[in-house]
This record gives sequence, structure tokens and C-alpha cells, in this order.
Amino acid sequence: MLTKFGIISSSIALISSFILIYLSFLELKIANNKIQNKIYNFSLIQIIFSLLSFLILIVGYVISDFSMINVYENSHTTKPIFYKVSGAWGNHEGSLLLWINILVIFSFLFLTLTKNKNKNFKIFTLIFQNFLIIAFFIFLLTNSNPFLSVVPTPDEGLGLNPILQDPALAIHPPLLYVGFVGSSIYFSSALAALISKVDAKSLAKTIKIWVSVSWFFQTLGILVGSIWAYYELGWGGYWFWDPVENSSLMPWFLMTALLHSVLVLERRIGLYSWVIILSILTFTMTVVGTFLVRSGILNSVHTFANDPSRGLFILFFLVVMVFSSIFIFFKYAPSEKKTYGIFSKEFFILINNWFMIFFLAVVLIGTLYPVFLDTLTGEKISIGPPYYNFILAPFLIPLLFLMTSGPKHKWIISEFKNFFNLILFLSIFLFLIIFYLIKENNLLIGLILLFSIYLIVQTIFDLYENFKNKSINFSRIISHLGFGLLIFFISINHIFSTENNFNIRVGGEKNTKDYVVKFEKLTSESNKNYKSVVGNFEIINRKKLNKKILKPEIRFYNQPKTITYEASIKSNFFSDTYLTMSNISDTDVFNIKFQKKPFMTFIWFSVILISLGGILNIFNRKKII
Amino acid sequence: MKKTYSIIIYIFLIFIFFILYLSLDNKKIYDTENIIGKKINEVELDLFDNEKFNTREISNYKYTLINFWASWCGPCRKEHKNLVRLSKIQNLKIIGVNFKDKEISAKIFLQEMGNPFSILAKDSDGKKSIDFGVYGIPETILLNKDLIILKKYIGPLDLKDVNEIRKIINK
Repeated sequence: MLTKFGIISSSIALISSFILIYLSFLELKIANNKIQNKIYNFSLIQIIFSLLSFLILIVGYVISDFSMINVYENSHTTKPIFYKVSGAWGNHEGSLLLWINILVIFSFLFLTLTKNKNKNFKIFTLIFQNFLIIAFFIFLLTNSNPFLSVVPTPDEGLGLNPILQDPALAIHPPLLYVGFVGSSIYFSSALAALISKVDAKSLAKTIKIWVSVSWFFQTLGILVGSIWAYYELGWGGYWFWDPVENSSLMPWFLMTALLHSVLVLERRIGLYSWVIILSILTFTMTVVGTFLVRSGILNSVHTFANDPSRGLFILFFLVVMVFSSIFIFFKYAPSEKKTYGIFSKEFFILINNWFMIFFLAVVLIGTLYPVFLDTLTGEKISIGPPYYNFILAPFLIPLLFLMTSGPKHKWIISEFKNFFNLILFLSIFLFLIIFYLIKENNLLIGLILLFSIYLIVQTIFDLYENFKNKSINFSRIISHLGFGLLIFFISINHIFSTENNFNIRVGGEKNTKDYVVKFEKLTSESNKNYKSVVGNFEIINRKKLNKKILKPEIRFYNQPKTITYEASIKSNFFSDTYLTMSNISDTDVFNIKFQKKPFMTFIWFSVILISLGGILNIFNRKKII
Repeated sequence: MKKTYSIIIYIFLIFIFFILYLSLDNKKIYDTENIIGKKINEVELDLFDNEKFNTREISNYKYTLINFWASWCGPCRKEHKNLVRLSKIQNLKIIGVNFKDKEISAKIFLQEMGNPFSILAKDSDGKKSIDFGVYGIPETILLNKDLIILKKYIGPLDLKDVNEIRKIINK
């Protein structure tokens, strides 16, 4: 029954998208500057039925309606209610429906909230956005329909992969999708702006809020994914340069560049083409990421059966989208004159853009090169962290410097001064103290530390000055401070992380350099959907003589039958103690991975600061200089 | 100038999209059509009881089915009952290659679902399976005693596949 409602509801949403496009084209012919109510009404119908179809899917999960193939394949009656709900977007079909819903929500919000007076601009944006909505709805209904039914209805579902049964991973996709798919609205706006010849400043003002919102969610989404990887995968790392992670990072680079360029365009007629191109590229890169992840071409070994038709559809869509965007760009883009001088703020933002493009290129090449090589020569290689760290790390130094000094410059024309100032000397002084304390002799890390300290000190001074002058641009300061702190703490974390691997029996004891690890006892617990073996470990710090109890688990899930290894993490303010255990078959010996990870909480906190800056940007209605 | 730019961009993008298209198609390298009729390479497998098994020994059996599976793989669970069905066929040996799995999970899985495998090998790091051209799991290949691949099944075996295998063997 639900399956039918689902299909009907999403079909109505699809039909209203077609009607919206038709009405929009009619609307373009009407000289009146007010958009007809019909368009608002159909937009309302579209959003109601689109949300309804998603709700139906969620209800299917909640009541465990296994007549829906999607619920049967990804859920189980014993699953906690929270994961039943999040299971709705924990698979390809459901997440595609979520994706469409976000497209629709952004379309609706844009139509109702945008104050831009240019009617044609709004209508063209709506048209482009609805083309996207239609394409994805067709994809959903013809290829990846979550509402297909199973006959006869099975009694029990197959269950959700336990490593996805995690609070962080339950909210990770919605956050990331708001970021990702939110970029569709400025993709549509950029194309609409070209066609309707809207003036540059008003475009910037219109899309600024959407760019900031999507950037904020994208940043948080990446953070949550990273936190999940840290405590769920049990390796103790938080970023692996995995192709799927890269797919979320690539649009982020573009969004970051766009966020900065929009700030220029909002105040000055500059970087107009950049804003247009970046808007188009961000969403394009989002679809590229989706293509890479869902077509299965990236993962050479994976659990899900491959469906090349999925990849083919997204690729076809991507080709149409990219070529029509380029066509529109070259047909309508006005030529632009450079209106700013060297060392002006615009100039620094332009350099920032190039940095982001460079980072994007490095990550894109690292992600695609193995695919291309495999396709062209049949050779299989994998590109890992050494490549990224080796190429990207040195470029952090000029970027950090740019972030420190760029915002100090004036618009249009400025001189390169204030370089040797008190703040630089203070930073060098702080750096020398830290350098002496940590005794690190890697020059690259040393320089990265120096410039991150410089950025931190400078932004703190800026914060103080801003408070004093009451002219507040918190947004930039908070984000830049967050970035400085992030790089600083990642470096420190990199230097001071320790890891010990050893085998141990119950009752055994192991001495590491600073700690004694005691395996006190093993207990077992029984939960609704899994049983677990819990190790009780006592970690004694030999220097400070304090104790910590850690309880890593091995969980045996019953549906699907899976074993997961749950890390036990004790965080105090400065450092995480991280312990995972795994059993060695047919013995009573357990393999232990014991890690100390300093400043993890600071790393998470820094990213939250960065994203906060993005959201503050929306409220930053400073007078235009 | 604008025109030159746009032409360069178009050509570049066509090239990129073309390769991406080929990469979608690339899976066919491992597909049934290309691998069928070919002899498998000689591979030495580690068995669960710490012994070794050389694929040369397959020539001792009339027909052999090699199934690549893991306890963590949902579709493997789905196809398992069909493997149990197949294990009742005479003249067919089923070799299970446990792929990137923990031995204990594999054993629990088989205890629960039944063990259709006469030979149970492990491929903890997934490298051996590559020698068989295995791309993802579950995958199953049917061999005759000349070590020639007769059939290859990507994804879970269904009843139709079971009947097809039965037909080939009874021919």
C-alpha cells in the first residue's frame, strides 16, 4: 500500500515540476513584474508531495513494511527506531530521494524568500532548478525507485550494515546533502543571471545567503563524517584521502573560493566571471562526486552489486548539464575589465581562488588518475595519503600567509606594507617557544606551525580591534581563526600521536613508554540487536600516576550477521586515549591497538569555528564600503 | 579568442567524459563474456585448517564451483541457501573463498546458515581473489576439469542460476 502512495506522491511532484517549467516559460512573456500566484501554488504542491514521498519512505522504515524492497534490503525489526529512520537515507535509493527533496526545498525557498526584483532572473532560476529536479526524479522513478515492492512480503528484513548504525553517520548524509545539493540553487541562479543579464551586485547579494548556508552545512557534514571515521572505523585516523571523502572535499574547495568571490562581487564589480564559473563548477563537481561514488568505478572491491546503468544515467546527465552550461556561459557572459590593483583585497581573493583551484586539481587528479590509468592501460594503482600530503602541505604555508595578510589590505588599491609588524614578531617568538618545546626538526612542519601561529595571532588581534571599533566582521575572523587552529592542531597531533600494537591475554599487562596497559577482565553484554564482548582495560600513566578505564567492544550483530570492533575513546581536554581490541581466532589472545592522540577535541572545535564563520556571514550585513 | 577557448574546453571535456564512459564499461574486462572459455591461472589458496590448496587439483573433479563470499556481505547471505542447494548436486565440488573476512565471523556464518563448501579457503587481504578476476563479492565461477571457466556469476546466485548450473552438469 505504502509503495503505491510513494510512487503516486513522487509522480505528482514530478508532474508539478513539468507544469512549473511550462508556467515559467509563459511567465517570461508577461511584461508585469509580479510573479503569478499559479507558480507559487504549483511550487507548494511540488514541495508538499516531494516531502510526502520522503515521509512515506520513512514511515515504511519505522513500521518495518517489508513489502517495500528498499526497507526489506536495509532494515530489520530489531533495529532501534533512530536507525530505522536514518536507514531511509542510508542507501542509494533513499538518499537519492533525500537529494531530490533538498533540490525541491531550495527551489521553494528561493522562490519565496529571494528579494531580487528582477522577475526574469527568478523565473529562469526556477526553470533551471526544475530541470535538475525533473532529471533526478526520472532517475529515481526509472532506475532507483525506493518504492518498488516485494511479493510475497518477507517477514523480516536483511538489516542495515552495523557500521552505519551510528549517530554521526545518521546525520552525516543530510548535512552533507544540504551542502552539496544546496549548491544547485546558485548553479541555477548563475545560469539565470547570464541569460536575464541581471546586474552583478544583485546576483552576489542574492546568492550570498545560499552559498553561506550550503558552505556551512558542507563543512559540518565533512566534520561529522570525519568524526565517524575516527571512532567507528577503529584506525585512529580522521582523514584518509579516500575517494569518497575526496568527493565531498572537492566541491568544498570550490564553495570556499565562491564564498570569497561573492564577497568581492557584493561590494565591487569584480570577479563576476569567477562567481559565475565557480557557481556552475561547484554543483557540477557535486554531481561528478556523486557519479564517482555511485557508479562504482572508484571502488575496485565493494559489497553492493554494481549497477552500471546508474553510472550511465548520471554521466549522461552530467554531460548535458556541463555542455549546456558552457554553451550558455560563452553565449551570454559579458567581457570583464580588471578594476583592481595588485595587493588590493580583490587581488588576494583572486589568489585564494587559484589556491582553491590548485587544491581541487590535486585532489581531482589523485582521485581520477587511478580510474583513467586502469581504463586506458589496465594497470591498477592506488593513490594514498603520501601523494596528497607531499603535494598539498607545502602550499599551506603561502595560503596561511595569504589568509593572514590578505584581509588587511584595502579594496581596489593598496600597498604592500605592514609586513614586519609587532604581530609577526610576536608569532615568531611564540613559534620559537613551541619549537623549542616540541623539538621537531622537520622544516616543513616547522614552517606550517609558524604561519598557522601567525594567522592565529593576527586574527585574535583583529578580533580585539573589531570589538574596539565596533565594526565587526566576525565571519571572516572566526573562520580564519578556525583554519589557523585547525592546521596548528593537525600538525601538533601529527607530531605527538603515538601508537602501540601488541597481543595480550585477559589478566595480562603491557608496558609502553609512558603507560601500563592492564587487561583486567572480559565481560559479555546482550543488547537488542547485538551481543558484545567488552574488554576492561586499565591504563596507568606512569608519570602522572593517574588511571583510566577503557572498555573496547567486539560486537556481534545478529542482522545482518556482522562483527564490528568498537573503539573505546577517553577524551580529556588535551588528549584522547584510544583503544581497540580484536580477537585472534582460536586463541585467548587479543590484539590491541593503543593510541594517544593529542588535541583531537581541538581539531573538531576548529572545524566548528570554521563553519560558524560561514553562518555568521549571512548575518553580516555590514554597510558596503 | 572566446571561440578558441570554448573549442579547447569542449575537446578536453569530451575526452574526459569519454574516458569516464569507458571506465563504466571497464567492468566488462571481468565480465562473463571475456573470461568464459579461458583457463584459470594456477593459484595456491590457504585453507581454514591451515593446509594449502592448489587450483591444479581442480582437475580431479568433474565440475567445480568457486564462490567468493564474506560474512559481512549482505548479498552473500541472500545467495547462501542456493549454494546449499547446489551442494547436493553430484559431480560438483564447491570451493568457498572467504574474502577479506575474520575467520571467526566466517565460521559463525556457516554454523548459522549451513556449510555448502567441500573446500574452504581464505583470502584475508583480498589479493588472491584478484587472480581469479574477481571484482566484488559475491561472485561465483563454474569450472570443468580442464580448469576452463564455463560460467561466471556476478552478484548473488538465484534459483535461475542454480537451474542453469544443474543443466550444465547434467548435460
